Amino acid sequence: MKNFFKFFLFFKIFLLFSFNLIAAEQSNKLLDPVWSFKGFFGKFDRAQLQRGYQVYTEVCAACHSMKYLSYRNLSQPGGPEFSEQQAKIIASQFEVTDGPNNDGEMFTRPARLSDKFVGPYPNDQAATAANGGAYPPDMSVLVKARQGGADYIYSVLMGYEDPPSDITLDDGVYYNKYMPGNKIKMSKPLMEGAVDYADGTVTSEEQMAKDVVAFLAWAAEPHLEARHKIGFRAMIYLFIITILVYFSMKKLWSRIESKV
Amino acid sequence: MSDHDYTPKSKFGKWFNDRLPLLTLSNHLAEYPTPKNLNYWWTFGGILTFCLIAQIITGLILAMHYIASADLAFGSVEHIMRDVNYGWLIRYVHANGASMFFLAVYIHIFRSLYYGSYKSPREIIWIIGMIIYFLMMATAFMGYVLPWGQMSFWGATVITNLFSAIPLVGESITNWLWGGYAVDNPTLIRFYSLHYLFPFLIFGLVILHIWALHVPGNNNPIGIDIKKPSKDTVPFHPYIVVKDLFALLIFLIVFAFFVFYSPNILGHADNYIEANPLVTPAHIVPEWYLLPFYAILRSIPDKLFGVIAMFAAIFVLVILPWLDTSKVRSAIFRPLYKQFYWFLVADVLILGYVGAMPAEGLYLLVARVATAYYFLHFLVILPLLGAKEKTLDIPLSLTEPVLGGSLNESMAKNKKEI
Amino acid sequence: MAEDKKTNRRDFIFTASYALGAVGVGAVAWPLIDQMNPDASVKALASTEVDISGVEKGQSITVLWRGKPVFIRRRTEEEITKAKDVKLDDLPHPETDEERAKNPEWLVMLGVCTHLGCVPLGDKGEYGGWFCPCHGSHYDTSGRIRKGPAPTNMEVPKYEFVNSNTIKIG
Repeated sequence: MKNFFKFFLFFKIFLLFSFNLIAAEQSNKLLDPVWSFKGFFGKFDRAQLQRGYQVYTEVCAACHSMKYLSYRNLSQPGGPEFSEQQAKIIASQFEVTDGPNNDGEMFTRPARLSDKFVGPYPNDQAATAANGGAYPPDMSVLVKARQGGADYIYSVLMGYEDPPSDITLDDGVYYNKYMPGNKIKMSKPLMEGAVDYADGTVTSEEQMAKDVVAFLAWAAEPHLEARHKIGFRAMIYLFIITILVYFSMKKLWSRIESKV
Repeated sequence: MSDHDYTPKSKFGKWFNDRLPLLTLSNHLAEYPTPKNLNYWWTFGGILTFCLIAQIITGLILAMHYIASADLAFGSVEHIMRDVNYGWLIRYVHANGASMFFLAVYIHIFRSLYYGSYKSPREIIWIIGMIIYFLMMATAFMGYVLPWGQMSFWGATVITNLFSAIPLVGESITNWLWGGYAVDNPTLIRFYSLHYLFPFLIFGLVILHIWALHVPGNNNPIGIDIKKPSKDTVPFHPYIVVKDLFALLIFLIVFAFFVFYSPNILGHADNYIEANPLVTPAHIVPEWYLLPFYAILRSIPDKLFGVIAMFAAIFVLVILPWLDTSKVRSAIFRPLYKQFYWFLVADVLILGYVGAMPAEGLYLLVARVATAYYFLHFLVILPLLGAKEKTLDIPLSLTEPVLGGSLNESMAKNKKEI
Repeated sequence: MAEDKKTNRRDFIFTASYALGAVGVGAVAWPLIDQMNPDASVKALASTEVDISGVEKGQSITVLWRGKPVFIRRRTEEEITKAKDVKLDDLPHPETDEERAKNPEWLVMLGVCTHLGCVPLGDKGEYGGWFCPCHGSHYDTSGRIRKGPAPTNMEVPKYEFVNSNTIKIG
């Protein structure tokens, strides 16, 4: 029994160790702010997600699409939880192409809840061309698609600095402390006061970065809260039934032991 | 075996059983005399059966929602994660289930290595097991391609390119595998088809594996032949069933921890980027369970020989029953083998570790030494040990060492715990 | 006495294990079943808007809603009168025409035969309405079953006039 646990522990340490080493190859240790969604009982902060959506839509969405999200997601449980009415209003501010109509022509109409987020460019090539040859990645699963996750995105947002004297940068290339290779084609996106929060939260760079990263973390893992909740129940259940089965086993085997 | 004496109690049961002896089969499985000194390392057979069934069920469900098309695959996985009811749960169970499956199979294999379960008369069980293991790797590899992320695409590219190492026909073979001139839509669709098929082949082989096991019966920690049924055995049901169940539940706690609290830790972040044939990720790393073989592949500087070495690493396992010439099964009575066994375990873990590292400098050197040792273990050390090793005295029956209270540690431990 | 207690405790542990095991199996089964129910993206497509400005009297259009055809018919005076004149006693599934068509000029209903799900043909059948070719059900100008194996009238979905030119179904 002891061996059994030792083995698992050993394996897990081994795995974590090797992953950490891969992560450690990145040049700088990432910033790690406190995230409300981390940990066994982690939950999103609704107000933060709503602010994050505002930062996304007013700043990031100028270049970055989020093609796997729909406007209805904004009002679903576990997310920013805008009311359905608010989500409808948000959706109606975007134009989507629909059709063909009865005359065989495409037409535009205001977006509905069932529509996907409208992207800034018609296709990836247009996005690449408009951004100096660097494709602004789709943000739907961005947090899961980067080693370091939320911490990494946050670090990049906060990692803009003047380049050290030994590095010269081409036009349209910026120095970032946390980007692998330290060069990034995105200019510093968040300036103090870039958005106006309706709830009066201060729009410091740090605050906006946190909010938008939390929003992106939710977008990448929209069922995180359900996962944590179900996970906790599953764990409790497994512990109890394991104990019960353990005693059942002891009882059963006691017949054998006594016969020997 | 005692099966022949079995007659169902009810009239209908008898009528049915005369025509299709399912009741005889279930009686055989329930009564199957199992050595009573089996320790927890023996519970992994049951755990693996669970893993296979769980993978098949969750896989069938994912197949209801997944779209095998280069344009739509990535999006359909996101659809599963976002929209399908409990889709995220089912996909995470399936993805982490693959890792848990391999974790269990490695423990199962190393248990067999320690206690000499591959030796006569159990060679066929072992060989079928190795075929299952090989099919598992193929299935897992093809499954990893299906989400059509960057790692899927480039993993598929690298692995299928292994076949291009074959002289003369290599290129034709890769083109045949791809259905084109690179990994693309046709490749994805055929991998999907085969990924769906292989688990059922594995299932069939598992039945043969168990069938072959039930002829000679289980090996046991002492490694001696046991008269069955006798004082040394217990009926499979309920004694082994409940023990397997207990171990399975412990296993499920670990499993659930991964699924609910770190579902992506065993995967690679790059696989959440949609496949792009124009950009290769900085580090191509296979899933952890393939890393030792990947390290062997990369440690050989020649393309063809690297591929040969990698497949040879699996093949030496297949012929292991004839490489290990010692008549004594359990490592408990083989003081030298026991040490070399742990060297091998360390060696494979080291291979796995360097497999995840870039193939350069010290890592490459370590990978080469570890690869050399791997083959040395099977091809040189094991045959030599069979001839030279002085083994300890082996008890005649299971009850003996218990009464003597020495020799068999695991038995003593069993007694304490159960 | 001591023996009895021992047996009881053992029985309790076994029973508790079985019971809890059954609960667990049930809890695992639900996600495996529920995944086949309509998912969030399907549920979101629950309503559709239809432009009816081009439909003349006596014409009908068919639109797709939730994967099923919806008949939208602009009825003639004659059809309306015919539908209103039917005595409820003559109907296998009594419904007045007023209940079925809020605005008598427009009849909106699911174009699915209530027998086994075929799509009935328009302007056919003995009652001047619809006729299902699969098993011969006749519907009148209000889409009510009059003759044949279908048990009920064709279903009227939830709909509303957004304006005089647009109907929102669902």
